[in-house]
Amino acid sequence: MPQQLKRLLVLFAVLTGGIAVARHFLLPETFGERGHYRAAAVTAVEKQPIRYAGREACAMCHPEVVAAHSKARHETVACEVCHGPAAAHTESPTENPLAAPRKRGYCPLCHGYDPSRPTGFPQIDPVTHNPLKPCITCHQPHQPEPPHVPEECSACHGEIARTKAVSRHALLACTQCHKTPVQHKVTPRQVRPDKPRTREFCGGCHAQDARGPQEIPRVDMETHGVRYFCWQCHYPHQPEGGG
Amino acid sequence: MEEQECRASECAQKVSEGRREFLHTCSLAAPLLLLGLRAAAVEAWATTDAPYNPREHSYGMGVDVSKCIGCGRCVEACKNENDVPREPFYFRTWVERYVIATSRETVVDSPDGGIAGFPTKPSEKGLLRTFFVPKLCNQCANPPCVQVCPVGATFATEDGVVLVDQEYCIGCRYCVQACPYGARFLDPRTHTADKCTFCYHRVVRGLLPACVEVCPTGARVFGEVQQRSSPLARFTRFNKILTLKPYLNTKPKVYYANLDEEVR
Repeated sequence: MPQQLKRLLVLFAVLTGGIAVARHFLLPETFGERGHYRAAAVTAVEKQPIRYAGREACAMCHPEVVAAHSKARHETVACEVCHGPAAAHTESPTENPLAAPRKRGYCPLCHGYDPSRPTGFPQIDPVTHNPLKPCITCHQPHQPEPPHVPEECSACHGEIARTKAVSRHALLACTQCHKTPVQHKVTPRQVRPDKPRTREFCGGCHAQDARGPQEIPRVDMETHGVRYFCWQCHYPHQPEGGG
Repeated sequence: MEEQECRASECAQKVSEGRREFLHTCSLAAPLLLLGLRAAAVEAWATTDAPYNPREHSYGMGVDVSKCIGCGRCVEACKNENDVPREPFYFRTWVERYVIATSRETVVDSPDGGIAGFPTKPSEKGLLRTFFVPKLCNQCANPPCVQVCPVGATFATEDGVVLVDQEYCIGCRYCVQACPYGARFLDPRTHTADKCTFCYHRVVRGLLPACVEVCPTGARVFGEVQQRSSPLARFTRFNKILTLKPYLNTKPKVYYANLDEEVR
């Protein structure tokens, strides 16, 4: 074997040995066991204590409440949303009692009116909705009841009702012009009331030959704004009408 | 099966008088025996304590923007569960509010991360649309934060969660800069980088992440990305899914349904 090759081999051996030794001392323990990182770092994260026990844990000691809650409209709301983290409570219930929010300020976190919330989510205006009363005096948070089916149109269409109330159409019932299916009160968006669709509908009261009191203003349906529908110029909930 | 065994042994006895009595005893004993077996099986299953195998999992989260009511319970739960500093600007998850005016001018805010809800309401005058968007670490499959870490202190686990090695992090903030989603922060107590871990300590124990656990409307869904029978798989199958900043090729694993084009 030539001399220079021997020297090269020695040099190579020293270098490889040096790297191996350096690697042994420099490389952190457990590095590379699972990937290009310390496996111990994952174990450290795994060991972090748990604060939220999960809703299944509550049923073991509070079966009645959980059973009632799981059938009600708040079923998707986990116990710990309102009662706070309960892992410590599950270990020693008496030493770590859980609180329940009883003040008025808590429920509006979800149910206070906010235009950014999805349409249809049950909301109230905390300023006008039974001011100063804690929510739980009327609503049972484990089994909240949906609001009553409205009896008057004004319950939902307050703005229109208030406008109409001071107009010349004040004495007309909403149903005079809007055929309202009963189901509209339950699912207002799916089942909608209808609206007048023809000039003749208004003409039923306002045409020259219409039956009814003389005080009702009359127009000649043949000549009066023929190319338009009545409501394109007159707002039926507050008709301007000659005073 | 129990009854058949009983019959066989009974035939061997050939005592017609004792037959009825014997069968009666058997019918009483069978359920007891079954109960005992079942109890033993359940106990065995509970005590086997099969070690968690990260290779069998691959986690992701779904967020339905149209279900978020901006109550901030997820932010509160995250801070409780993970001991995140209470003062503002330190969040592992937070809720943003988008207010888009008819002029198409978009205002995004997140007062204290939305931890106490959104006390001020947007004016409804000139409002085109408005909604809440929960945000968190996207647990990218191609994470920029891992690429830039000079000491290899942040990494993706085999189950697809990006974690931080608190002992090796030198607090240089490169990863905070690199994250296109603003999901990382420097913990003011330890001076190391911190971020959402998908509540890794809960997930390996078979629990849901704290934010998913407390979301009152089910706007957050957690599960396996690869398995077809997982809540997340169902979520991604039945919704049109978008991810945040897909053009950056980070391959996020937080999937948004009903996301508005204005969300960045």
